[in-house]
Amino acid sequence: MKFSIQINEGPYQHQAADSAYQFAKASLAKGHEIFRVFFYHDGVNNATRLAVPPQDDRNITQQWTELQKEHNLDLVVCIAAAQRRGLMDEDEAKRQGKDANNIAEGFRISGLGQLIEAGIESDRLVTFGA
Amino acid sequence: MTTLHTVNKSPFNSSAFDDCLGLAKSGSTVLLYEDGVYAATSGTKPADAIANTDGVTFAVLGPDLKARGVEGKIADGIKVVDYDGFVDLVAEHDKVHAWL
Amino acid sequence: MAKKFMYMNTKAPYGSIYALESLEVVLIGAAFEQDVSLAFIDDGVYQLTKGQSTDGIGMKNFSPTYSALGDYDVNKIYVEKESLEERGLSLDDLQHLTWEDEDEDWAEKDSIRLVSRAELADVIDDQDVVLSF
Repeated sequence: MKFSIQINEGPYQHQAADSAYQFAKASLAKGHEIFRVFFYHDGVNNATRLAVPPQDDRNITQQWTELQKEHNLDLVVCIAAAQRRGLMDEDEAKRQGKDANNIAEGFRISGLGQLIEAGIESDRLVTFGA
Repeated sequence: MTTLHTVNKSPFNSSAFDDCLGLAKSGSTVLLYEDGVYAATSGTKPADAIANTDGVTFAVLGPDLKARGVEGKIADGIKVVDYDGFVDLVAEHDKVHAWL
Repeated sequence: MAKKFMYMNTKAPYGSIYALESLEVVLIGAAFEQDVSLAFIDDGVYQLTKGQSTDGIGMKNFSPTYSALGDYDVNKIYVEKESLEERGLSLDDLQHLTWEDEDEDWAEKDSIRLVSRAELADVIDDQDVVLSF
């Protein structure tokens, strides 16, 4: 079956991102397809490559990057939410005249329409948030 | 249509659990996870409410119970599932309604 | 075939960003020509109060956007009666949201549908996708 996942909370602050990751892993292991993972609200913060969690803790961003590589996942960060919170890729940093970018490998920035499209194209939309 | 309701907030500081019960229709399933698992622990008002709700199936996510040290406190009639079970519940119902 | 999308609004405005960013999705989503409904329950009903003025808190007042929803063909706005009553509110406390019906010579109609919890349960049951923020 085709699932999409929406994540509304940032990493570490709330369990939502961890739950979403566990759910995604279990879905893929059971042979389901994940059409898209959409990061919204503070959920966009899951995509920063500049986070440095303690060595003995999980690295949530890296977990997504690895899962993306393994399953060619479509990890989409909402541009409107990302701009507010200072998350940007190289193109966006150039466009906004910023001196840095911080999007981790495997994520891409795109519009809110991607969430609606995920709702249209998927059999199920599962939302994790607070 | 059948609905899987997901509740991830403690019933003691959020109305999400009560609201979910108020709107859940017969034939639907309520999955309690994250801090929502506390609604499934015995000796509580939410557990009584679960016992008194007909036609709705209740499940609770085992890993979240264990993490919180309340695995042994689960009230009767509530099914414990792991993440595989969570995935199955999503597939078995027509849609998922997250009570955020 | 169009899917039935319901946006669940359960949180009050300003105290957190969920209400504003939910509204942003509704506006973008309107372009996808799906069958869209909005539900306001719990503190979500506070999003629709009239007379919001944010001058003193340094935040943008986004409440006028709700009255523009009709122009986006978003005209099924369900407000749960019990949630209103628990908060000491009535329809008079909310903005008067309307839309113009193209099929009836642009007659102005109310967008807000005051429904009981049981009625809302039926409406939600009928949806294909529930979006929660």
